[in-house]
Amino acid sequence: MRLGTEPTALTRWIILGVVGIIFAIPIIALLQFSFRDGLGGGYTLDHWTGLFGEDAARTYRGLFQAIGNSVVLAIVTVAIVLVILLPTMILVHLQFPKFKRVLEFICIVPITVPAIVLVVGLAPVYSIVVKIFGSGAWTLAFAYGITVLPYAYRAIQSNLDAVPVVTLSEAARSLGANWLTVLGRVLLPNLRRGVLAAAFISVAVVLGEFTIASLLNRVNLQTALLQVGQSDPWVAAIFALLALTFAFVLLLLIGRLARNRSDS
Amino acid sequence: MTVANAPALTSTGAGASPRRQSRSGFAKYLGLTPFAAYVVLFLAIPTVLAVTTGFFTEDGAFTLDNVAGIFAPNVLATFGSSFWVSAVTAVVGAVIGALVCYALLGTRAEGALRTVIDSLSSVLAQFGGVMLAFAFIATIGNQGLITVFLKGIGIDIFANGYWLYQLPGLIPVYIYFQVPLMIITFMPALQGLKATWAEANATLGGTPFTYWTRIAIPVLAPSFIGSLLLLFANAFSSYATAAALISQGAQIVPLQIRSALVSETVLGRENMAGALALGMIVVMVIVMWGYSVLQSRTSRWQR
Repeated sequence: MRLGTEPTALTRWIILGVVGIIFAIPIIALLQFSFRDGLGGGYTLDHWTGLFGEDAARTYRGLFQAIGNSVVLAIVTVAIVLVILLPTMILVHLQFPKFKRVLEFICIVPITVPAIVLVVGLAPVYSIVVKIFGSGAWTLAFAYGITVLPYAYRAIQSNLDAVPVVTLSEAARSLGANWLTVLGRVLLPNLRRGVLAAAFISVAVVLGEFTIASLLNRVNLQTALLQVGQSDPWVAAIFALLALTFAFVLLLLIGRLARNRSDS
Repeated sequence: MTVANAPALTSTGAGASPRRQSRSGFAKYLGLTPFAAYVVLFLAIPTVLAVTTGFFTEDGAFTLDNVAGIFAPNVLATFGSSFWVSAVTAVVGAVIGALVCYALLGTRAEGALRTVIDSLSSVLAQFGGVMLAFAFIATIGNQGLITVFLKGIGIDIFANGYWLYQLPGLIPVYIYFQVPLMIITFMPALQGLKATWAEANATLGGTPFTYWTRIAIPVLAPSFIGSLLLLFANAFSSYATAAALISQGAQIVPLQIRSALVSETVLGRENMAGALALGMIVVMVIVMWGYSVLQSRTSRWQR
């Protein structure tokens, strides 16, 4: 600090304060908007209480159904991460270390191939998917499993690098455990934090996804929000706030998981 | 419970060992097939389809018309707008984000302040989309909080026309998610500055000014420019916010892909979406290649 390489407390709080206030304004505006009484002045609690009213289930049926779709999509996407990505990452780590770079490259590709490009090629693929699996909302999770790859990969990989996976599994194997036991009782407990972080970040990504759902004419939370925003912008604002808050809590939990790891 | 399980474990363990002997040749690669098949079906095929459909007509005949269509003046203008919005928001976002990172230097990485800022940044940078568009409509929309407030003191931000639902309207919203992305990507580099460098600078009679100009800034430059490229790519490929703000028209490339997908015969050409996707991929690959080159230069001294 004496060396002048770090900001003084005053400089730090001026920068954080100014940027913090500017970045808080849109969120405050969204909150204030949700209490507005129509286009006139005045404030009301009606938009919030209306969600719990007797008619809510009927009035917001479309929105609630869309939230249901997004929850199902989040669950199936997490299942894809756990059943397809996680075992592959462990397998590559243990048996095919030479493929590590290839796997990393594949998992990072979705950053370079953005959703808006992917969706152009997904349209024909989905015309086949629909023939095989039907047009259930959950089928979109196949595409979302790709969207979450970079995030889930990073979360699990940092955990894999921090744990002596090879030593642990060799020890368990030499004590007579089979691969399922090694996976379920030795590796997974050690990878719990990375796996949880991957699951949480996948949920956050899926709940915020708009591009693919919208252009494939599917209904999820975000497409429904945009639709509701046309007729009832106050309720759209409320759900936008709730969704942002929920994602924030999920990411705080991920931060907590990472912090516990570095403490232990 | 452990005792009861133990015999079962050893017996299956013993049964597994002959199988291990046979796990050779192709058999041992079997475990990789589910992931490989999944990635081929939902990443490789869609990507290949996206960039190649531009070369074909609806009937499957080869054509260069669509790809040539990228160079039509109006499409080039859209690419120009995309470049412009991405560049402006990347530069502004990178500078403000780097300032915030500097302000966070010296705070504990595991502290509450950093944890909260990290989580908030991730939410705003990666999951905002449509919701950020709503927030800005509530802020600087026609009846927005700031619009009304400024009108009260005699400033009309829409005096020169209503720009929030036009191209310029994207800039404040994009900056709002670019700054958090810069904080996430640039903070590790700033954190990697070694205390010994500052000490060496001081021992050799340097001032804080020489520390920043001669050591820190040259060392951070590749990482800063790399992050700048990532921000550019992020804005260039962003769709949700723009689609929520601008319901009609094709002001930037992602929106042009939207109109090409919605009406297959945009500009009188079929499969135009594929050609546009190809154009986007080319830009993304170049930018992300630059990013990874600069990242590997950065990791050289972080080791």
